[in-house]
Amino acid sequence: MLELRPIFDAIGEFLNSILPEFWVTIVSAFGTGAIILGVASVFVLFFVWWERKVSAHMQQRYGPMRTGWHGWLQTIADGVKLLQKEDLIPRDADKLVYLFAPVVCFVAAFLAYVTIPFGEGLIVQDLNIGILYIIAITTFTVVSLLMAGWASHNKWSLLGGMRSAAQIISYEVPLSLSLIGVIMIAETLSMVSIVVQQEGWFWNWYVFRQPLGFIVYYIAATAEANRTPFDIPEAEQELVAGYNVEYSGMKWAMFFFAEYINMLTISAIAVTLFFGGWHAPAPFLDFIPSWIWFVGKCLLSVFVLMWFRWTYPRVRVDQLMAFAWKFMLPLAFVNIILTGFGIYLF
Amino acid sequence: MSVKQLRTEEMLINMGPQHPSTHGVCKLVIKMDGEEVKYIQPHVGFLHRSIEKIAENRNYPQFVPYTDRIDYCASMNANHAYVVAAEKLGDVEIPERAEYLRVIMAELNRIASHLVWLATFTIDLGAVTPFLYAFREREDILDLFEMTCGQRLTYNYMTIGGVGWDIPKEFEPKLRQFLKIFPSRIDDYEDLLTNNPIFLHRTKGVGVLPKETAYEYSVSGPSLRGSGVKWDIRKAEPYSIYDKFDFDIPIGTEGDAWDRYKVRLQELRESAKIVEQAIDGLPGGDFKKKVPLTWKPPEGEVFCRIEAPRGEMAYHIISDGTPKPYRMKIRTASFCNLQVLPIIGVNHMIADLVAIFGSLDIILPEVDR
Amino acid sequence: MPDRFAGRLTALEMFGNYAYTGIWLLIGVGFVLVTFWFASLIRPQRPNPTKLENYECGEMPLSASYLQFNVKYYIFALIFVIFDVEVVFLFPWAVVYNSLGLFALIEMLVFLLILIFGLAYAWKKGALQWV
Repeated sequence: MLELRPIFDAIGEFLNSILPEFWVTIVSAFGTGAIILGVASVFVLFFVWWERKVSAHMQQRYGPMRTGWHGWLQTIADGVKLLQKEDLIPRDADKLVYLFAPVVCFVAAFLAYVTIPFGEGLIVQDLNIGILYIIAITTFTVVSLLMAGWASHNKWSLLGGMRSAAQIISYEVPLSLSLIGVIMIAETLSMVSIVVQQEGWFWNWYVFRQPLGFIVYYIAATAEANRTPFDIPEAEQELVAGYNVEYSGMKWAMFFFAEYINMLTISAIAVTLFFGGWHAPAPFLDFIPSWIWFVGKCLLSVFVLMWFRWTYPRVRVDQLMAFAWKFMLPLAFVNIILTGFGIYLF
Repeated sequence: MSVKQLRTEEMLINMGPQHPSTHGVCKLVIKMDGEEVKYIQPHVGFLHRSIEKIAENRNYPQFVPYTDRIDYCASMNANHAYVVAAEKLGDVEIPERAEYLRVIMAELNRIASHLVWLATFTIDLGAVTPFLYAFREREDILDLFEMTCGQRLTYNYMTIGGVGWDIPKEFEPKLRQFLKIFPSRIDDYEDLLTNNPIFLHRTKGVGVLPKETAYEYSVSGPSLRGSGVKWDIRKAEPYSIYDKFDFDIPIGTEGDAWDRYKVRLQELRESAKIVEQAIDGLPGGDFKKKVPLTWKPPEGEVFCRIEAPRGEMAYHIISDGTPKPYRMKIRTASFCNLQVLPIIGVNHMIADLVAIFGSLDIILPEVDR
Repeated sequence: MPDRFAGRLTALEMFGNYAYTGIWLLIGVGFVLVTFWFASLIRPQRPNPTKLENYECGEMPLSASYLQFNVKYYIFALIFVIFDVEVVFLFPWAVVYNSLGLFALIEMLVFLLILIFGLAYAWKKGALQWV
């Protein structure tokens, strides 16, 4: 009933009937891009408000209450405020790099959505190397943070940029390795095929066959998204605000935007690879549209990320690195070997 | 060639005055090699208000409000230190009820001050939630203070000769209710922090303050006790009526940030115990002895110290027999405690420096006076 | 001639797949730049020398920030490059693992053992230690 697929199919058919194939590709790429941009913006607006509410209620406060019902307009008000904020570029900054750091950051977060399946048939392009593509694209974030940290000509930013580079690349390795297990079982890199294989009851979800892989993935992904307890690049108590000290107004907002999109991305990957994607936990619950299941699972995962953030202190940079290389990486290796034996024996 | 032989430059950087974790306006000039801090130079004086000089131009009772401003997180204790010193100078006997009220207020304020410390310390480590938990309990204490003297931060409650106001009727039930829930709230903090592996990693072995260094720099208060020295003025040379109460002095073993944390959490419990005993034994009668505004202590000098939440707070007053002190020297704990920071903070990561700064519990108006 | 390439993508289809990525790249860059441009229309712009100074906790910066920075971060980048290249090799292997049987298992063990040995070597050499 509420499935969105027929709508898009109809639009596609309509376009095919009036335009040549080349233009269909162009138009639908722009169209989906605009839609996803809109959806992502709504999600970010919601996440920022939600995070404030979640943190507030965990801390026995109310959070925003004055702007609209329970402050739901707060993020929009913040956005308007940021739009009007004076944008200062430090005199000594490398201006071009400074300008493009938020662009790269945003684009890297945004491009991952090309191949995330929001529901049955609700995927922009089912790339045959889906997971690899997402991992590759989202890693560009580190370049942007390094650009921001370096270009600001600020020592705190520089430290933040360096830390983010060291951190994100260190967690990149266990993160990629943790997904190998799923790929070995699924025998494909395509996001849709992986979801399709997890059809049926919830025990078909890969999290039950790859618990270790999931744990490694989720921790590494938290680090990749710079969320507490791994938020050392922007550790405000140490580095004031890390790589974005010198940013203000919309440029700063873009980093923020990208951070929250990344939260959704890592949740979406976790849901797709480990929690059955758009499938309902039980076949008889299929009457609820697939995209609602997907979004619901994503929101749950985002909530867990928020929960982490408001519970844990921050780790220190050397502990963080040691954790990645001396614990997570061996664990990921163990997971691959166990999976390899498991597949061979059963 | 190993990593250590590569030539890299050290980075000279201002940490503060406008920095989230220098707890006010302290400026640390630090030299960093990558993440590691190689050199620390604290710069103080941003908050200097020459309170000691002001004292020379105020009558003795008039000076009490200024003591509030020395340590705004523990104004009651700052009041207490001054009035005890002034009374010793003038040999003023005060009613017993006033002594009890002073102890109740001072210990409550110690709890409030330690809660602020806990809040800011955890925020320094990146955990934001315990901050608001601690402030929830502090709020109850501030309500009690507000009920008694109408103020929530600078109380001006104790006067020479007693206390300014008696407690209202609703004070006692509210205090008892607070004392009933408070231990469970401390358990909450411990649940959040004490067994948290990240918290343990961030505090254990960080900023070890050896006993000898602590002596050399005359560190006092919980920071000293964290290093395993059993020294608390309330026990060592009891002032007021502290000898009537039964309480322990928690001490640490290693002297690291973890020990300082444990000591302060224990002190929360001990202070609550003292308040409970004091409210149980609260006698009736007068709460103050009239001391005129132009009160003239005899000529002479006095040195008197008390145990404030951050350590020893001492007043050295020289009187020339006029209503105004001839000279007043205030010894504050934070000033001495801050001086060990360059010693114990070097060769740590910057994240640890923040943790050490937080664990020493320094409050800048007290450093600068 | 048997169609050996059935189910595989032609070059054109491959391009079609990534055309979306390319166009989205334009959309992303365009969106951000248009937002900046729009903000520049409505925001105040009153810079002065003090405002444009670098932030260093409210004091004048003590020294330049472009300096010979500590190499520790770079070491991690080097180890990362080594391991990430190997991870890329693992992806295609993982896709076909199931159909290769025992051979793949032994192959994998050998490859992973080399990787683990490399990690152990880096560990022992102290490259994973934060100096």
